[in-house]
Amino acid sequence: MLHIHREIEDLKRRIVLEATMAEDNLRDSIRALMNRDAELALEIVDKDKALDEQEVEFEEECLKILALYQPVAVDLRYIVAFLKVNNDIERIGDLASNIARGAASLAVKEELAIPADIPVMSEMVQKMLKKSIEALIDLDHKKSQKVQNMDDKVDELHHSMYKIVGQRIQEYPDLVDSWMEVLGTSRYLERIADHCTNICEDVEYMLSGQIIRHGN
Amino acid sequence: MVDFTNPKLLAENIDFFYGKKQALFDINMAIPDKQVTALIGPSGCGKSTFLRMFNRMNDIIVGTNHTGKLLLDGTEIYGPETNVVQLRRDIGMVFQKSNPFPKSVYDNITYGPTIHGQKDKEVLNSIVEESLKGAALWHEVKDRLHDNAMGLSGGQQQRLCIARALAVQPKVLLMDEPASALDPKSTAHIEELIGELRKDYTIVIVTHNMQQASRVSDYTAFFYEGVLIEFGETTQIFTNPEQKRTEDYITGRFG
Repeated sequence: MLHIHREIEDLKRRIVLEATMAEDNLRDSIRALMNRDAELALEIVDKDKALDEQEVEFEEECLKILALYQPVAVDLRYIVAFLKVNNDIERIGDLASNIARGAASLAVKEELAIPADIPVMSEMVQKMLKKSIEALIDLDHKKSQKVQNMDDKVDELHHSMYKIVGQRIQEYPDLVDSWMEVLGTSRYLERIADHCTNICEDVEYMLSGQIIRHGN
Repeated sequence: MVDFTNPKLLAENIDFFYGKKQALFDINMAIPDKQVTALIGPSGCGKSTFLRMFNRMNDIIVGTNHTGKLLLDGTEIYGPETNVVQLRRDIGMVFQKSNPFPKSVYDNITYGPTIHGQKDKEVLNSIVEESLKGAALWHEVKDRLHDNAMGLSGGQQQRLCIARALAVQPKVLLMDEPASALDPKSTAHIEELIGELRKDYTIVIVTHNMQQASRVSDYTAFFYEGVLIEFGETTQIFTNPEQKRTEDYITGRFG
């Protein structure tokens, strides 16, 4: 195996690791929210720093490979896709951290019934993240398409959350701040799903060399 | 967009043989005017054989023959009326190893024009200046035109060979690994020069250095085992080639 291909294998391993960190943080942030576990929530905010460090290291690794090996064709497309996916994963980590902050603040306020759609969305989004990374590693068009279809469902759930939260605010006007936090969580989940879609768009670029963003 | 309907060079169904061994298989390729076309592929893939066909350098190898048509500006290169001396004036060649004549810089440049009948001293003087300027060598040698060319550095000798090819006002320049024996700075010099020359000449270059092909050429043709596997815009070949074999070769997976 050529040096550059060994390096690319190493990048694959690292990006899976990074994505797993983001996925864990996402899962735990929702757990903290549902269990009113402020301690766990703050732990996640702290763990996000490690993810940030990973992102920078990974980017440096990609830049090193570009400089040393001048990759072309599929190798070039891999590195470019990795650079972008790395960014997406870091943003996903930030959004999980936002959810955790919300969970920490809700944990010390009056308890409210979190809509069941929140854990449902979270499950879906976690699956999307896992599948999008698998699609990247296996260059699997089918998996990538599946993620893009799931994104529509998450969008729907997020939109219906506006209605739910609107009603709850009318029922419990003194809990407005808390309900806004719940809506924020829904919004963060929807954003994470968008980042997973971005990852899949990069997978499509890897496969076809075509840039398919913006409905192209 | 490049005009492929009026190519400078055109190969139609070219098969080429060294004795019984077939080296090229049914090559069809249109090389556009005033562009740089790179031929790449592993050793023995036929790219140099193909390059040498354009100015009939293979004629001197006993036992070679070919079928198919090769055209320069629509005229058959292997036609019965073709004057090979005139052909090699129209289609100049630069080799891997610089090969200046053991004569002065001046005589190296004037050799071709003199053979073609130019005797006017003033015309020859201006040919020397123009050719050396065209090869980006003038400023380095203008004060030593009558020194022996063998005293120039390797990079300068190679540019002298390019200047010598330019002196007879060719239409096409063939380059067979023109920078592979040069240091990085001289290589950069030659590559820069190719960029300048493409304004006035059609250039076909064989190179083993894929980064060089991607840097200097507008079009790239990938040959493998005597077959033209893929021919397209260099940017496309190096970002998203159509053929798996091209991708495997340029990413170093084989070859």
